[in-house]
This record gives sequence, C-alpha cells and structure tokens, in this order.
Amino acid sequence: MIRLPFVLVFSTLLFSTGVYGVLARRNAVMVLMSIELMLNAVNVNFVAFSSSLQDVGGQIFALFIIAVAAAEVGIGLAIVILLFRNRASINVDEVNLLKW
Amino acid sequence: MVAPETITAASGTGAIGGAIQYAWVIALLPFVAAALTLFFGKRTPGQGAVYGITALAAGFVMALAVLWHFVTGGGTYAPPGVEWFTIGPLHLEVGQFVDGLTAVMLVVVTGVSLAVHVYSLGYMHGDVRFTWFYVVLSLFTGAMLTVVVANNLLMLLVGWEIMGVCSYLLIGHWWEEHENSSAAIKAFITTRVGDVPFMFGIFALIFATGFTTTNIAHIGETIAEPGTSSALVTAAALLLFGGAIGKSAQFPLHVWLPDAMAGPTPVSALIHAATMVAAGVYLVGRMFEVFVHADPFVLTIVSVIAAITTLGAAFLALVQDDIKRVLAYSTLSQLAYMVAGLSLGPDGVSAGFFHLFTHAFFKALLFLGAGSVIHAVHSNNMSDMGGLKDEMPVTFWTFLIGSAALAGVFPLAGFWSKDELLVGAWEHNQWLFFVLLAVAVMTAFYMTRCVLLTFFGTYRGTAHPHESPPVMTGPLVGLAGASVVAGFLGAPQLGAVFGDWVYFEHPHDASFVFWVALVGTLAAAGGILIGYPLYRERRERDPLMAFPRAWNLLQHRYYIDDFYMRGIVYPIRDRVSAGVNWTNQHILDGAVNGAAWAARGIATFVNWIDRTFVDGLVNAVGGLTGATGGLLKYLQTGNVQWYAVVLFVGVVALTIVFVQIA
Amino acid sequence: MTAQEYAFAVIAAVGSISAIAVVTARNVVHAALYLVVALLSVGATFLLLGAEFAGWVQILIYVGAIVILFLFGLMLTKAPIGRDTLDNNRRWLAALVALGVFAGLVFLIQEAFPFDSEQFPVFRATTAAVGDSMFRDYVLPFEAISFLLLAALIGAIVLARKDEGN
Repeated sequence: MIRLPFVLVFSTLLFSTGVYGVLARRNAVMVLMSIELMLNAVNVNFVAFSSSLQDVGGQIFALFIIAVAAAEVGIGLAIVILLFRNRASINVDEVNLLKW
Repeated sequence: MVAPETITAASGTGAIGGAIQYAWVIALLPFVAAALTLFFGKRTPGQGAVYGITALAAGFVMALAVLWHFVTGGGTYAPPGVEWFTIGPLHLEVGQFVDGLTAVMLVVVTGVSLAVHVYSLGYMHGDVRFTWFYVVLSLFTGAMLTVVVANNLLMLLVGWEIMGVCSYLLIGHWWEEHENSSAAIKAFITTRVGDVPFMFGIFALIFATGFTTTNIAHIGETIAEPGTSSALVTAAALLLFGGAIGKSAQFPLHVWLPDAMAGPTPVSALIHAATMVAAGVYLVGRMFEVFVHADPFVLTIVSVIAAITTLGAAFLALVQDDIKRVLAYSTLSQLAYMVAGLSLGPDGVSAGFFHLFTHAFFKALLFLGAGSVIHAVHSNNMSDMGGLKDEMPVTFWTFLIGSAALAGVFPLAGFWSKDELLVGAWEHNQWLFFVLLAVAVMTAFYMTRCVLLTFFGTYRGTAHPHESPPVMTGPLVGLAGASVVAGFLGAPQLGAVFGDWVYFEHPHDASFVFWVALVGTLAAAGGILIGYPLYRERRERDPLMAFPRAWNLLQHRYYIDDFYMRGIVYPIRDRVSAGVNWTNQHILDGAVNGAAWAARGIATFVNWIDRTFVDGLVNAVGGLTGATGGLLKYLQTGNVQWYAVVLFVGVVALTIVFVQIA
Repeated sequence: MTAQEYAFAVIAAVGSISAIAVVTARNVVHAALYLVVALLSVGATFLLLGAEFAGWVQILIYVGAIVILFLFGLMLTKAPIGRDTLDNNRRWLAALVALGVFAGLVFLIQEAFPFDSEQFPVFRATTAAVGDSMFRDYVLPFEAISFLLLAALIGAIVLARKDEGN
C-alpha cells in the first residue's frame, strides 16, 4: 500500500539526523541517543523491505537489532557513568587524552 | 790451469787413493763446524772451538791424503758436477775439480787454518766474542776451500764472496773501536771494487762459451778453439785480473791490507797472509788458459802491476813502527812476487805457486809470532819492544826462522821459491829480474830491522813480557818446521816434485842455475848486513829518517790513501749522496706525498659529496617523513566525534567511487 | 495516494521533526522526550507496515526501557537542567556530512526504487508467523542474542560498580 521509496526516504532522514547528532552533540548521552536514532532508521529499512518482499526475515532481524541496541545502550551508559566518575564531565570534547 | 785429462786411476792404497773423490768433503767440514759452533758453541766446554779444530784436523789429514794421490803419480780428478739449475742454455752446477794445484792449496789452507785455530785458543782467550770468532773463522776456511775445489766459476765466485764477508767480519771483530770497523768497511769495499771487473770477466767467459756453462774446464776448451774472439778473451783476462788485484791487494787496490791489521793477529795470519790474499793468485793460475790465449800485453800489464806493487810495498815496509804493518807490507810485496812469477807465462806458473806455498807457511808463522809478542807486551809498536829474546825464546827462534825464510836464506823455504822466481824472470823478463832482486835486498833489510828492534837491545815497554802458552807456541813450532822443509819440495836437487804437481800444460822442470842462486843469496846477505849495524843499537831517531822527504812520502803511503779518500770517497759521500738524498726527499718522497695529498683531496671531496648529497638525501627522507607525520598528527585530535566525522566522509566518498565504478 | 500513505505521511512528518528536535534541543531532557516521540513514530510505522510484533516490541523496549535508561543516565551524570551551551564547534561540518549522507542515500534509493513504482500489498506478518520463523530458521541467532544480552548485563554491572579500593 505504501510506496517503498517513501519509507526508505523516511528511514534515510532519520539516519542522517542521527549522523548529525553523533557528530555534533557535546553530551555523551546525547551521542548515544543519536546512535539509537540511527539504529531505528535501520530497523525501519528492514521492516519496509520485509513487507515489500513478503519475507518475515526482515522483521526478525529488526527484532535482533532492537536487542543489540538495548545491550549497547546498557554498556554505553555504563561507560558514560564511569567516564563521569573519573573526569566529572561527559563532554566528549574534553575526553581527548589521545590527542597528539 | 790444467787442461782436463781423463781421470787416471790413483796408485796407492785403496783408502788414501779413494780420498780424492771426497775432496769436496774437506770444503764441507768447516761449514758444518761453523754451523755447530754457531748453534752449540756457547754450551760446549771450551766455548765451541773444538768443532772448528776437529773439522780442520780431519780436513788437513784428508788434504794430505789427496796430495798423496798426486805424489804417487795420480792424475787430475774432474768428475761431472751436480746440476744446480738451468737458465735457458746455461747450466749451473756444483762440482769439484782436483788437480795438483788444488791438492797443494788444500794442504796449505787446512794446515795454516788448523794452526790458527789452535793458536786462537790462547790468543783469543777471554775475548767477549770468542765463539763467534770461531764461527766466522771456520766459515771463512770453508769458503776458501770452496774456491779451491770449485770446478766452475760461479761456485768459485760464491766462495770468493763469502770470504769477503768473513774478512769484513773478522777485521771488524773488535768493532767497538771505530777504526776497526772503518778498516773492515775499507777492506770490504776495496775488494768489492775489484769484484766488479771479476764478475764481468765471468760474464765475458760465459758469453764466449755461447751461454752454456761456467765450468772452468769447458771454458778452457772453448777458448783454446781457434774460432773464439781474441778480443773477448783478452777482455776477460783483464777483467779477471781485476778481481785478483782487489783480492790480492795489488796496486792500485792495495790500500786495504795495511789497515786490515786492525783485526786480531790470528786473522791477519790466516786471511791476510796465507789464504784469502792468495785467492787472487790462485784465480790467475786456475784461469791461466785465458791469460795464455789473450793478447800478450795482458801479461805485460800484470808484470808491471806486480813490479809496482812489490817495490812500493817493500819501501813502505822499511819505515813502519807497527810490527804487523811491517808484515802486512811484506805480504803485499811477496804477493806481487807471486803475481810476477805468473806473469812470466806458462813456465812461471809453477814458480809462482811454489812461492805461494812456502810464503803461506813462513808468513803465517811470522804473524803468529808477532801475535805472540803483541800478546806479551800489549802493544803493536816496535818502539815498545826490545830485548824479548830472553823472555820469549820459542817465539824468538821461530820468528827468526820465519824471517830468514822470508829473506831467502839458504836452505830455508823462501830461498828455493825465490830462486825459482829469479830464474824464471831472468829467462823471460829480464827487467823484472832486477826488480825482484832489489826487493829481495829490501826484504832482508826490513826483516832484519824488525827482528833487531823487537828481540834485541833492552826492553822499552811497560808490561811484563813472558813466553806465550803452549797453545800458541805449538803452532809456531809447527809452522817453523814447515818453513824449513817445505822448500825442499821444490828444490831441483831433490827432484823438484812440486813442479810435477803444479804446472801449466806440462810438468815443470825446475833447473838450478848456480849464479842466480848466488846472486840471490848475496842479495839476502847484503840486506842483512846493511841492516844489522843500523839497528843493533836502538837509536832515538830511525836511521832512515836521514832521508826526510822520502821518509815523509813513505809515512803517508805515497798519499794514495789520501787521494782515494779526498778524490773519490768524500765527493761521493758529500756530493753524490747528498744529491741522491735530496732527490729522494724531494722528488721521490714528494711524489709519494703528492699522491697521498691528492688521495686525501679526493677523499675529502668524496666525503663532501657523501655528506651533502647522500646524507642530505637520507636526512631529507627522514625530514619529509617527520614533516608528513607532523602534519598528519593533527588528525589525532583525541576526539571521537572527529573520528566519526572522518569516517562518514570516507563512507560518502567511497560510495561515490563505487557508484561511479558501477 | 492511498489512506495508508496519508497516515504514513503524517507519522513520518512527526517522526522526522521530533528526530531533528532530538539532535538540536538545548535542553538534554527535552531531547530525551523528543526521542520518545521519534521512537513512537517508528513504532507506528512498523504497525502501518503490518509488522505488529515488531511494532509492539519497539514501543515496549525502546520507549519503555531504553529511554528510561537514558533518563537515568542523564540523572547520574548530572545533566544540566535547563538550557545547555551550544553544541561543539564542528556542527557545521557535521551538518554538511549529514546532508551529504542524506543526499547520497536518497540518490541511491531513487535510482533503485523509482517513486512511481507500484505499490505492494500489506504483508500481514502475524506474531505466530514471526515466532515460527524465529524458532525454526533463526534459532541460532536467537540464542546468540541471548548470550549477548547476558554479556552486556554482566559487563554493564562490572563497569559501573564502584571499586572498593578507590
């Protein structure tokens, strides 16, 4: 019913927004949120193709991605908390010990 | 020289007759002794003299055996030599040639050398280089024997040169004194000056044989052939005689012999009386075939030189204070006598060598006796001697016998040999006869002077003279005995057997001419009678000083030495050597230094290139890497988001690339 | 334009605007709330596309758990209440990159799937079908995922606990 390109464009929009967020936000948690946006864009893509190709595998993969995203957020936040504990700041600009 | 004959069997008992085959062993023994003394001498009791004495004793016995072969009528023994090496057509060999002359020389050399070896036990006792002395003495004897038995000129030359070196070593035995080492150098160089023409003479003879051989017998055959160039033979004869002049101290190369008295007296006895100086005479005799086939003026030159030498030396002997100098000049004079004899031609060969034979014994005796005296009074000068006949009887009587033999008193050895020479001179070369006669007078005169000044009158020295030990007087007695009997071997009344052994082309029949013998005896008596009253009492001034100009000339030895030094030696040393040194320092060293400097310049340049370009290149690469890294480091901001930016940019770029490719 | 398309247009608009708001909000808590809206719209999209299980799971997990997680994270890291300072210096470059990504991807999409292609029927993927396929064809990834979740759980605990010595 829905023409595939539209869904894909929506997914692309979400993805690009996520990209912008990953590159531009100062707060580490905001970066993680942007990453979630990107993952969700991918999910939309999968489900769209699953519907288009009449194959349930796309959906299933989307479920897996959701699971992985959940795990990743958990770990990510743990790291951010650790970072905050050590440096009292989660400004990614200030985490540059490997700077030349 | 003897024309080679086929080897005739020796008569006589087997062992002695067979000894002639081993004549070369006689020459080898002293070399072995020298080596043994060199290596083991210091450890042997007696400091190593025993090796030399044993070797020479054995050699003397063997030499007598060889002589016996000729006494019993045997012939020349000339076996083919052992091949040494070959250069193209030239064959060099090592071999022996034993004829009567060789046998006689063997006896003389081994006999006198043995006497000197024994004598030196006493004379050189306590010397700082006793063992070395015996080494060189034995080495020298071996070299002389090599010259005597050699069958080819190269082997002879080897022995000749070794003798020269040993003479140098022995004259300079006490080299701590500068004048001794100078005398040694003078002797060596002067004989070397004579050796140069000698070698050229050898080359000429080798050339005459078509470069095939140095064998004396073969050379003799080749020269006798009518096709050989006479000019070549004449040149060879003159050149060979040059060597004889040097070695036998004839004018003008006589200057080294008086100075050679700086060596120990046994050395003077052996080398400068009996053997080495005789080598030149031996050479002329051995190569007489060459002289015979050369132009006759060669022999004339020989006789002139002999006459000059014999007269000049006799005059010089009159004015010496050093007893050894008297004997040295006497030796010069007597050597010239021998050479004069040879210059008379084939007939004179026997006479000349007979005189060499007898002279060896009594001159060695005189030298050893003088040594005995010197050993006792610790001085060479007769002005420090006198009245020694009572303290040193054996020395006195033996010396007296030797002097009488030298003067030609009947019936001692010198009389017979001198007589033969006078006879020959009268028959072939009468002006030479008068020269020899005059010299005979002077000989008697200066020996009388010598004996009187040394043994008669009152002792003028400061030492306490006493007779020498038996090791020294023993040889004196032995040589005195030889001086008495040796002459009989050539006495015409007794068959003149010497002429059967040593001759040229045919055995020589010595004839006894009464008036010549009478004149000779009168000459000797005259000399003695003039000398006796002049020197019986020692005077403050030598009577001969009544002729002041002559005295001065003689004291300065005719200024010949001065001429040599100032005319030849100093210019070479000061100008030529300085010039050569300058060339070496500035031109040769300059070239070498210049090459080094150029190499250094090149090296510096290469270094500059290396440092500037090669190192510069390497450094530039490093610098470039560093600069690139310096620029690239700015990518490492440490900021994760920045890395993400770069990543996404890359993804976009790659996407475009892949899409384009697709 | 079918009815689903109209519905989808509305949902997509809402989702896009809220996504943009997520990345540009000055107040981080507001950003988290905008994220909720974005995620909800994604879930609605799933439902529209007929993936009912995925849609409800999306809402359940993402909105129900992950956003809460984010809020906790913000609290524990003393997220500033109220307006924050501007984003970092490179936001213009980031915007550029994002636009490039968007442009590139759109280009690829429209080349592969032209806009005037025919529509496809709704694919009703029932939960039963999902479960069927999951435990038949994709059971191994399923087990692996469970391990992953376990590891993540343990990892998070290990990372975030306070060390006694410190």
